[in-house]
Amino acid sequence: MKGETGKNGWLALLYHTCFVGFIIAPLMIVVLVSFTDKNYISLPFDGASWRWFRAILDAPEIISAFWLSTWLAFGSATIAAVLAVPSAIAIARYRFPGRETLTAILMSPLMIPHIVLGVAFLRFFTLAGLSGSFFALTLTHAVIVIPYALRLTLAGLIGMDREVEMAAASLGAARLTTFRRVLLPLIMPGVAGGWMLAFIQSFDEVTMTIFVATPGTTTLPVAMYDRIAQQTDPLIAAVSSVLIFGTLILMILLDRTVGLDRVLTGKK
Amino acid sequence: MADASTPRPGAPWALSAPALLLFVGVLLVPLALTAVLSFNVFDGMRGIQPGFSLTNYAQVLTDGYYHDIFIRTGLMSLGVTALCVLFGVPETLILAHMRAPWSGLFLVVILGPLLISVVVRTLGWSVLLGNQGLINNALQGIGITHEPIRFLFSMLGVVIALTHVLLPFMIIAVWSALQKLDPQVEHAGRSLGASSITSFLRVVFPQLLPGVLSGSIIVFALSASAFATPSIIGGRRVKVVATATYDEFLNSMNWPLGATIAILLLLANIVIIVGCNRLIERRFKQVFAA
Repeated sequence: MKGETGKNGWLALLYHTCFVGFIIAPLMIVVLVSFTDKNYISLPFDGASWRWFRAILDAPEIISAFWLSTWLAFGSATIAAVLAVPSAIAIARYRFPGRETLTAILMSPLMIPHIVLGVAFLRFFTLAGLSGSFFALTLTHAVIVIPYALRLTLAGLIGMDREVEMAAASLGAARLTTFRRVLLPLIMPGVAGGWMLAFIQSFDEVTMTIFVATPGTTTLPVAMYDRIAQQTDPLIAAVSSVLIFGTLILMILLDRTVGLDRVLTGKK
Repeated sequence: MADASTPRPGAPWALSAPALLLFVGVLLVPLALTAVLSFNVFDGMRGIQPGFSLTNYAQVLTDGYYHDIFIRTGLMSLGVTALCVLFGVPETLILAHMRAPWSGLFLVVILGPLLISVVVRTLGWSVLLGNQGLINNALQGIGITHEPIRFLFSMLGVVIALTHVLLPFMIIAVWSALQKLDPQVEHAGRSLGASSITSFLRVVFPQLLPGVLSGSIIVFALSASAFATPSIIGGRRVKVVATATYDEFLNSMNWPLGATIAILLLLANIVIIVGCNRLIERRFKQVFAA
């Protein structure tokens, strides 16, 4: 149905405009109110200023939460990508009984409500004495984001030309050499895209993390949630604007590596 | 086929062993512990008591307070799902009818917010929907209402914000169904003299239905377990399953009861997702086969 023109009447385009407006309105408003020069959120405001962006630098709890989230997302996305590559090879390259089940298991975190995972990890951490452990939190995030890394790695594997790999093997290259010198470079865009998507999902996760976050392991979304639960001030809007801007940059990077429409619609 | 020439039956399992090990240790064990916890009893004085008891399940399944929470959550999810179908399906069709660069561009604009923190998106709605917010000022400005409409801390506001958060999932599902659709079929319908409305209702829409249904399952399941949006927009006035679980755990400290609600939510989720997928596969086998 693509590639056709003039099939949308003016009514359809009007609807489309309203729809896009609805989608971007809450994000626009957040960016807009973060430029207020007042002490509270209000629209319209008289003067625009950067004061609330500067105020972020004077909020140590936001800064430390930001770095914690960054390292958490970095660690969990890396674990997820490293584990997803061999699993994706197993699923894409082998036909074996239980293949569907294996895929279903590795994708299952998408089906489990994060509120349930939060409850489960809180109980687990308490019994195992892991409360406040950054490493344990990283492992739980890795489990949650593995499906995203796996999906893009799989797409990369399925889309690639197998002849090259076979040529390398027939020329006498060892399995590991073929993997390291031929296969990995070829699927790297998919792995990198999966890593970035996993990074974003881990960085944004709030529902599960809120259960296990301790004062020492408060992520940025949890810190923001806690603050919004008290009051919505321009500072939190400014933090949100920074996040929106940061996500836009990551989206451009994702578009360059694997194509954003592919990431978003799951198209092979 | 380097692998097929030397078949090693254990190879795929060896390759996925690290991931599976992590899943057993950090997913299966915690979930099993939660299931066990839901059979324990909570004592206000002595805390969690070990042992097997169905007390918590009996309480959640018979107490009207919890009935209300589950029914409220179900109705909210139905409302959000209906709105996502109502607004998402026409928009996806419009996107599909756009010229090449525009359809891709607007698809990214509409799906992009999925990558932005749900806390940020919800904050936007809490600013928009406040009593002095842009929407209430506009409604009063054009004289639709004289009193500000109470969006915040009301079900109405929660449904609006959740619809915004989950609409992209509906668009993705319908878009994927559209990609499988052969445009020639619609042309054939029209060339055989069907009006554009008839050809849409009789030819295009039935083929979209699997996409609409799978989108509905995803949206329903995600809104039934949504936490951040109902919590920030609805507050304590609009208690849903996820916020009730949170309160049992972190305010009442009744972990066994919280675990029971969580396990019931997980079971409901699995039943709905698996059940509906079976239904779609059975019901639409002919469509896919044809």
